[in-house]
Amino acid sequence: MTKIGVLGLQGAVREHVRSIEENGAEAVVVKWPEQLDELDGLILPGGESTTMRRLIDRYGFMEPLRAFGESGRPMFGTCAGLILLAGEVVGYEEPHLGLMNITVERNSFGRQKESFEAALMIKDVADDYNAVFIRAPHIVWAGEGTEVLAECDGRIVAARDRHYLGCSFHPELTDDHRIAGYFIGMAEQAKASLANS
Amino acid sequence: MNTGTDRVKRGMAEMQKGGVIMDVVNAEQAKIAEEAGAVAVMALERVPSDIRAAGGVARMADPRIVEEVMNAVTIPVMAKARIGHIVEARVLEAMGVDYLDESEVLTPADEEYHLLKSDYTVPFVCGCRDIGEAARRIGEGASMLRTKGEPGTGNIVEAVRHMRKVNAQVRKLIHMNEDEVMTEAKIHGAPFEVLMQIKKEGKLPVVNFAAGGIATPADAALMMELGADGVFVGSGIFKSENPAKFARAIVEATTHYQDYKLIAELSKELGEPMKGLEIAGIAAADRMQERGW
Repeated sequence: MTKIGVLGLQGAVREHVRSIEENGAEAVVVKWPEQLDELDGLILPGGESTTMRRLIDRYGFMEPLRAFGESGRPMFGTCAGLILLAGEVVGYEEPHLGLMNITVERNSFGRQKESFEAALMIKDVADDYNAVFIRAPHIVWAGEGTEVLAECDGRIVAARDRHYLGCSFHPELTDDHRIAGYFIGMAEQAKASLANS
Repeated sequence: MNTGTDRVKRGMAEMQKGGVIMDVVNAEQAKIAEEAGAVAVMALERVPSDIRAAGGVARMADPRIVEEVMNAVTIPVMAKARIGHIVEARVLEAMGVDYLDESEVLTPADEEYHLLKSDYTVPFVCGCRDIGEAARRIGEGASMLRTKGEPGTGNIVEAVRHMRKVNAQVRKLIHMNEDEVMTEAKIHGAPFEVLMQIKKEGKLPVVNFAAGGIATPADAALMMELGADGVFVGSGIFKSENPAKFARAIVEATTHYQDYKLIAELSKELGEPMKGLEIAGIAAADRMQERGW
């Protein structure tokens, strides 16, 4: 069975576990770096990116997470997780993991009272997707080879760069588990091709 | 695009799960909290233990303090309004505060009615001691709950009581027959529809944090063990000897609440925690948890 981890330092961990299981894959809550070895893919959940970063540093997750991505195993970041994955973050000198060829801006839709729900079209996933944006970031620039999967109000809110998937919104907060299904598909393909190489 | 929906308001609280929300009274404390890994800060004029010591009427913080904190950090900023004080709540909402606490820590403005929180775009957190209070606040539109505990005491006993009670009552409700729910609603003064929703989903529809008396990393971990989704720490951090170290230790103990060796390590040489108060020594009229209806 495909094993998908959810980085369990803080945030909406339980909800991602549910959407993985709804798609028939096995979910693992990752609290320590050693747990990464057994996984076929990893989700970086929504939460507070500054909090997660502090805990990533404190428990020595930084290099193991980068090595995980560089091994070719898929990673999916939602909201705070997208900020962690991004190659550049507007206003910050250094990115966090810096794995995905995109630039993101934090809290770019405003404060909580501007948080919203909107209908989206997501390429290869859904034409009718209800997305929940909470103090959301957006992708201000997508690098060469990065495919834009969804836009909202002219801003990029979902993209894929090789085996990295990211979105500004929170797929885990609704009962629509199609994006998790898409990501599990990426993990299955990567598992098959890594086994053959 | 729809703003202020239940999903957006409750979702904001979901993102705080497993985290620590810290009381701060200025920009400097807010930065220490953010640096330590707080998921949000509560901007106040005084922490609860000082409110208790000062006596008199406790009101919404000076908007200047709230603004200063909002400008100092990128994590969400919460603020407290008095129970039933429509205008304090609207003022804080207009300022762009991310979450409001309709709080018994402040002196109530209304001794009969709470705010109709579903009317606001900004989400609310409210305190509760039992399923009746929890369900009434949800019925009014609260998007997040917390135990009341007994704020500003550094004594965990009331928060433990409230967390255990709510969770035990939720478990009882889930297992009871549907035809018994109306009487349960009557006993607790709880809206029937909210109880039916809790029964159907098998859990509260909003997150429930621990608050009111958390003074050490072990206290925070205890509340997580008892089923809290996260913790609020009020007076505990900035009344301790080394707030930065203390704040980091509370954050780590909340994340790894079942890792007892780690909690032992981070509890070493934290300095003197805040001096606690025995609940029995507080006159009934001075107990903040009695506020709210």
